[in-house]
Amino acid sequence: RASEQNTEEKMISPEKAEEAKLKARYPNLGNKPGGSDLLRKRLQKGQKYFDSGDYNMAKAKIKNKQLPTAAPEKTEITGDHIPTPQDLPQRKTSLVTSKLAG
Amino acid sequence: TMAGADGGTTDVQWCFSQVKGAIDDDVADADIISTVEFNHSGELLATGDKGGRVVIFQQEPESKNQPQCRGEYNVYSTFQSHEPEFDYLKSLEIEEKINKIRWLPQKNAAHFLLSTNDKTIKLWKISERDKRPEGYNLKEEDGRFRDPNTVTTLRVPVFRPMDLMVEASPRRVFANAHTYHINSISVNSDHETYLSADDLRINLWHMEITDRSFNIVDIKPTNMEELTEVITAAEFHPSQCNTFVYSSSKGTIRLCDMRASALCDKHVKLFEEPEDPNNRSFFSEIISSISDVKFSHSGRYMMTRDYLSVKIWDLNMETRPVETYQVHEYLRSKLCSLYENDCIFDKFECCWNGKDSVVMTGSYNNFFRMFDRGYRQDVTLEASRENSKLRSVLKPRKVSTGGKRKKDEISVDSLDFNKKILHTAWHPLDNIIAVATINNLYIFQEKLN
Repeated sequence: RASEQNTEEKMISPEKAEEAKLKARYPNLGNKPGGSDLLRKRLQKGQKYFDSGDYNMAKAKIKNKQLPTAAPEKTEITGDHIPTPQDLPQRKTSLVTSKLAG
Repeated sequence: TMAGADGGTTDVQWCFSQVKGAIDDDVADADIISTVEFNHSGELLATGDKGGRVVIFQQEPESKNQPQCRGEYNVYSTFQSHEPEFDYLKSLEIEEKINKIRWLPQKNAAHFLLSTNDKTIKLWKISERDKRPEGYNLKEEDGRFRDPNTVTTLRVPVFRPMDLMVEASPRRVFANAHTYHINSISVNSDHETYLSADDLRINLWHMEITDRSFNIVDIKPTNMEELTEVITAAEFHPSQCNTFVYSSSKGTIRLCDMRASALCDKHVKLFEEPEDPNNRSFFSEIISSISDVKFSHSGRYMMTRDYLSVKIWDLNMETRPVETYQVHEYLRSKLCSLYENDCIFDKFECCWNGKDSVVMTGSYNNFFRMFDRGYRQDVTLEASRENSKLRSVLKPRKVSTGGKRKKDEISVDSLDFNKKILHTAWHPLDNIIAVATINNLYIFQEKLN
């Protein structure tokens, strides 16, 4: 009986074992990963907010502390992270010919 | 005998033919290849990249001197298809990355293709010019105007040969029809219309009309908090112009018939494999998300790609796929780290060979996989510079999953997850394949004796 039980425990699927690992690292992770949070984050790709008013207010609120950069939790969509001018990448067109044609 | 003509996957020997792109490891973002597509004859091969550029290669005619290999692909045309934009109203950065290229069937001497980024689809005309008119009455050969008073006789200008020039020009721009990010475009078999799909909507366009499109699928919920799934890919049936399919992030495929109603929110068929509720985990839905859907050339089957497998569906059976092929099952015990490094969201594509007998898809470590449906064989090959000697036969690769690693095998932990093959294409008629690594395009051909 005891050995049967041990075998059953060892037969946790690799997927469930990975799930346990993830939950151990991120205890606040929600139970619905495919739900609206993840999808809405996907739909918001490309959104770049920069409002100097918000930026300065956020800076004043946090005072001397660093503004948080990346959301540590995967489920967070918007937080208090306001992109700084340094965060926004320089946009320019690729005027160089593709290296595939070289 | 013709090696591999109808033989199984292990009968066909694949040889390195060409590799395009820079050798250095320092890859600029713009050079990341984002789409690869042969045209309908296989003579042209188009690539799109993150920098918004399109490069088209043309196959050289077969040389009588070298019957053992089919023609090489050389650069035919290259142009900037899309440029980065910023939508100030929505504070939205619009990437110039080419998400998809689809060729139109050829109707005349010129070639036409559709290319799309996240928001705008463009119809490009690629045409050749090998003659130019000479002998104008009012212009000199260099273009300067002649004084009409000096013209004493008239002549008829004639066309004279010139060095071949290939020109790409945008003929139509289909803009402002997508709020969300376009993931697919598909040309209809009527050759007059095409569809474009974003995360929540699918639109139907007429090639000639750019200021209007019909919305044919809309899955946006009234309350966005209730959003549970998005559209991941869509494609028209290869011969039935009224039929198309779209796949979702929940692993379902819906087949729609445009004759049934103007708005195809109600599917005609729903393809979904039942899931064992006991096996459900945090990752189940994410890995079931379909990243690509492709009809077979025959139109009888369709293939879907999810994170770990390729499935073949018979259009007549909605309850489960008729075939399932494991691409890299060993990754199931790595899902935690693949979630943390975002690889679990990688969108792999898949493709059929011309006979619909073999399917191909990419994996990590620059590996790609082929599955022979008839012979039930599969092979793992690698696109790497080390195997880049002309006509050298590719050696099958193997990932060791157990504790003991055999010689020549590579262990799962040694796989390079930055080396991903997301885009592959198969020549419509011959055994020639185009495999894109991050920034290089490999062309492999079947070994002919």
